[in-house]
Amino acid sequence: MDTETRLVYMDHAATTAARADVVEAMVPYMTEQFGNPSSLYDVAKVSREAVARARDQVAASIGAEPDEIFFTSGGTESDNWALKGVAFAHRGKGNHIITSAVEHHAITHTCAWLESQGFAVTYLPVDGYGMVDPVDVEAAITPETILISVMMANNEVGTIQPVAAIGAIARKHGVLFHTDAVQAAGHIPIDVQAMHIDLLSLSGHKFHGPKGTGALYIRKGVQIDPLMHGGAQERGMRAGTENVPGIVGMGLALSLANAEMAEQTKRMTALRERLVSGLLAIPATRLNGHPTERLPNNVNVVFAYIEGESVLLLLNRRGIMASTGSACSSESGEPSPVLRACGVPNDMIHGSLRLTLGEETTEADVDYCVATVTEVVQRLRDLSPLTPAELRSTGN
Amino acid sequence: MYNEKVMDHFENPRNHGEIADADGIGEVVSPDCGDVLKLYLVVEDDVIVDVRCQTFGCGAAIAASSMATELIRGKTLEEAWQVSDQDVVRALDGLPPKKEHCSVLAEEAIHLAINDYRVRQGLEPWGDVVRDLGHEHED
Repeated sequence: MDTETRLVYMDHAATTAARADVVEAMVPYMTEQFGNPSSLYDVAKVSREAVARARDQVAASIGAEPDEIFFTSGGTESDNWALKGVAFAHRGKGNHIITSAVEHHAITHTCAWLESQGFAVTYLPVDGYGMVDPVDVEAAITPETILISVMMANNEVGTIQPVAAIGAIARKHGVLFHTDAVQAAGHIPIDVQAMHIDLLSLSGHKFHGPKGTGALYIRKGVQIDPLMHGGAQERGMRAGTENVPGIVGMGLALSLANAEMAEQTKRMTALRERLVSGLLAIPATRLNGHPTERLPNNVNVVFAYIEGESVLLLLNRRGIMASTGSACSSESGEPSPVLRACGVPNDMIHGSLRLTLGEETTEADVDYCVATVTEVVQRLRDLSPLTPAELRSTGN
Repeated sequence: MYNEKVMDHFENPRNHGEIADADGIGEVVSPDCGDVLKLYLVVEDDVIVDVRCQTFGCGAAIAASSMATELIRGKTLEEAWQVSDQDVVRALDGLPPKKEHCSVLAEEAIHLAINDYRVRQGLEPWGDVVRDLGHEHED
């Protein structure tokens, strides 16, 4: 069966294109309205007001007050600031941090560094779906615990964590609760009050905003050391001339994503299910992550007998852009720690494929992916020594 | 990441498949990335007259095993034994440094397949002696 090659971007969890209306809104702040918000003259006032509007937009999308929003360079900086800023500010009270085994590197590597600085970190295990059990969180709390950090939704397998329950437990024990909401913001509803969240990280380029932008929500009253010292920007909490065009773009992108969320969730969930059932029709294939407590746009499967990087290379030749958690494809040479934590067995862990949909993804794109992946998997299975006879094409 | 020659061997792997009654079989599993390479030989009068391979692995692994089969097809066992991972990488016009370990599997699989043949023939398996001393081996 020959299908015409089409370009299908299926890696929205890695990054997204900025929306045209967002880019249009940003440009003036790089050109005529280029003023530094800290300056006294009139052209600066326009920038200052634009930043304030963006702050209102971000705050409204997560149920926070505007003065609880601090702009950063992205999710990684927000995660670093939340962990390091709280750890050092509260070192007098205790030195224990609780996090999970499925966090993004910006959390796990920062925790590893904090361990080298004398902090103790508990990495909570997860179930087969990659989900943290709030009971385990509570059991891990000690008199030394100063911070719990559990992500809202996992970037690899899409599982949505029970953050409201974890937040309630943290609040009950007087421990601060941070959540990395980088994959969640703009995709699922967030209410920092109802979810008892004290700190939250988000990143502009994950919801069709520009790269190099992010925010950290810090609940009023939370003690935290700054990460960036210097000028008095962000109420003295995060030095550096504000990235006005970026901030404007991010605020608009998040507010649009929130306005369109209900409709997009419905549309994307249907596409996701179509993709999942198409892929699960391929024999010896399993879905990673929770089947329903899952980001609307995330699909992650594992194919027995073949390796992920080779799947990606063949898909790329056919116009499909996706990602994998195989050892061969990672910087470290190790397979995905998230898939390991989910208990994916060794003989399947290298054959993972992650496809994440976006606003522009159509049903035709999904069908093309299913057909192409089916063909690619069979090709690679025919090359593999591990494939059992009944799964080989005839003559292979 | 990969040059056109590697991509060609990856997308059009040479000599893939198995040989039902092969004279020698070598299977190697990489402890790091889990890659698996299985090589099948048909040997006549000390010459490799047919060779097939099956690979579980990344682009580099599939390309390296394909190239390895090309490098040993039609060679004597002694000549095939000398084919090194560097020969495979060179023949592919280079692999990214992180991926060179995939070519080592090819060299090991060739050695295992040749020794499997030798043992089945009641001969002593070869160690690294032939390569280290550069001797012509005598049966």
